[in-house]
Amino acid sequence: MRSETSTNVGVGSNQARNSAILSTVVMGLGQFLNGQYVKGAIFLLYYISFWFQSPSYFIENIKGLITLGSNPEVDHSIFMMIYGIVSVVLLLVAIGIHVFNIVDAYNNGKKIDNGEEVPSFKDSIKNMMEIGFPYIAISPGMIMLFIATIFPLIFSVLLAFTSYDLYHSPPAKLIEWVGFQNFRDIMTLSTWRMTFIKVFSWTVIWTISSTVSIFALGLFLAVVLNHKKIKGRNILRTILMIPWAIPAFVSMLIWRGLLNYNFGQVNKLLAIIGIDKIPWLEDIMWARISVLLVNLWLSFPFVMALCSGVLQSIPESLYEAAEVDGASVVQKFTGITLPLVLRQIAPLMIMQFAFQFNNFGIIYLLNNGNPPQFGYQGAGGTDILISWVYKLTMDKLKWNYAAAISILIFIVVAGFSIYQFRRTNSFKEEELS
Amino acid sequence: MSLGQEKRSQIGLIFCYTIIAIAIVAALYPAIWIVGSALNPSNSLYSSSLIPENASLKNFKDILTTKEYHYVKWYINSIKIGALNSFFAVLLTSLTAYVFSKTRFWGRKYGLMTFLVIQMFPGIMSMVAIYVLLNMFGLLDTHLGLLLVYLGGAVPFSTWMIKGYFDTIPSSLVEAAKIDGADRFRIFWQIMLPLAKPMLAVVAMMNFINPFNDFVMAALVLRSPEKQTLAVGLYNMINSQFNNDWTLFSAGAVLAAVPIMIVFLSMQRYYVHGLSAGATKG
Repeated sequence: MRSETSTNVGVGSNQARNSAILSTVVMGLGQFLNGQYVKGAIFLLYYISFWFQSPSYFIENIKGLITLGSNPEVDHSIFMMIYGIVSVVLLLVAIGIHVFNIVDAYNNGKKIDNGEEVPSFKDSIKNMMEIGFPYIAISPGMIMLFIATIFPLIFSVLLAFTSYDLYHSPPAKLIEWVGFQNFRDIMTLSTWRMTFIKVFSWTVIWTISSTVSIFALGLFLAVVLNHKKIKGRNILRTILMIPWAIPAFVSMLIWRGLLNYNFGQVNKLLAIIGIDKIPWLEDIMWARISVLLVNLWLSFPFVMALCSGVLQSIPESLYEAAEVDGASVVQKFTGITLPLVLRQIAPLMIMQFAFQFNNFGIIYLLNNGNPPQFGYQGAGGTDILISWVYKLTMDKLKWNYAAAISILIFIVVAGFSIYQFRRTNSFKEEELS
Repeated sequence: MSLGQEKRSQIGLIFCYTIIAIAIVAALYPAIWIVGSALNPSNSLYSSSLIPENASLKNFKDILTTKEYHYVKWYINSIKIGALNSFFAVLLTSLTAYVFSKTRFWGRKYGLMTFLVIQMFPGIMSMVAIYVLLNMFGLLDTHLGLLLVYLGGAVPFSTWMIKGYFDTIPSSLVEAAKIDGADRFRIFWQIMLPLAKPMLAVVAMMNFINPFNDFVMAALVLRSPEKQTLAVGLYNMINSQFNNDWTLFSAGAVLAAVPIMIVFLSMQRYYVHGLSAGATKG
């Protein structure tokens, strides 16, 4: 392109353009034109084998992804989807290699245009190792990530736009693409709509109240423990860490026993002080209080540990100065402690919102999302969106709706996360430059 | 004046001790109770005192020898899967994290964004896909299949945490080593990795505890009772026959919790530090 300005205006003046065009048509030809025969041969060989082997295979599978089969019993829509996704991905990789080959031909052609020496095959390999190091080094992790996480995710996202449920499940039946019908159904069909609104609003209440309560209690205990005159602070702090240290599934199953209506320890203790049995897990309101309390028990140590770290880093001189000015305990807290702590832990608090929004473990292991609710589409009284998704998948076998609701969950969580990155800004400025 | 202040701070101190005492009772009560019911030789929840008078280790012996539950196998499975996951996750992600932290290459930005976006999808969403895929490759009801699921899920978060730590190590150190003629792999192996030991320990611990605690994927993938993990096994134990085996369950729960608790409490300082560092770094 800039051959006019190059020193070697002659035979190779359009080398870059020409070799790029050649390589676009047939891989490797541009490299031949540039005199890189070994490299060209490798590209060409790859190209030939690709065209001999794959196109029909790719076209077949991608067609399958579009139609999802036409013969029940013969065509298995789910497998067709999987092969189709794999083919699309491989095709993208093949296109990537082709683009790389064009860019390579262009760059080397430019070198000739500029009158420079084209690197030998040995140099190319060396060069490749230098530039390729990051890619080679991250490939094991990235391949693992792709196979076990990204690929299933793509598949699940696609499911949200199909009719895949108990009544449309291969091999007996075909699956169809239905566009946004699942989303529309959840929002308009009366029982689904009602369930969605009820579950969603409880999820929001749950997320806010659980996060706020954890942070309030955690910060409060951290401040109390930070009192200068308390002896054995470290030991006390470690003891208070115990709820966090017990494997979560164990403590939730323990709480299940403690809160049992008939023989749970909590009701027995209440009986001692003359309070009637409380249906902790059976009544919808009490069940909701129970999950909030148990979650508080489970999670306050984390916040306490965080806040303790921050508190210890606040210089003592600040409080001394405040004391000289005659500030009360409350004033010291709201004027010094609270703003300093909040600034430090705000990003973690937002992360905690996102975590609690999807806190499947506590909801399911404590009470299976129960008590059951009449007329709800499979959701119980304490079910949040994510545990409802679990039940839709395992019990109701409405895989398409489960996927659609998962996408809605993703949108909410993504909202939290984007807000956080906007706020901290670290992502924009230094991390990605 | 000074006397009044003295008195006020005295009251404040008593107040603090009271709060701490209440918190400790609330925090420890379930733990003590489960130990108590594990020591209870009778089979039911109907125990009135916290620690039974005729305490015995019968339940512990029973849970380790019973034919009805594969408790020992669950234990071994949990430890095995946790340890393998922890080892391979650190191996896979430390090199990835180093590359993302200390080299600049085309696609770096997209890679980091991918990590973030993936973490926003609920893991439960992929259940159907994982089931179908593992079924296709004949990996259902195998530990290898479950391990692959855990490892894939461990990559984004672990990479992100270790990368955050590598970011705090000055790049001048890498440059200096480069001038001394060390290649990039050697810089990683001999300089960066030893420096990142505290964070590697945290990531290793997390990747041990996560599979240990996981219920959803383990219950989905592992079907035969002798292949299950502690989380699934213990859950099924009380979900089906609540009253009968409660004390047996308690013994199992205590045995499961103690080693994790020890590891966790000894490392929580690093853990909190790592989490907050990772978060504020982005």
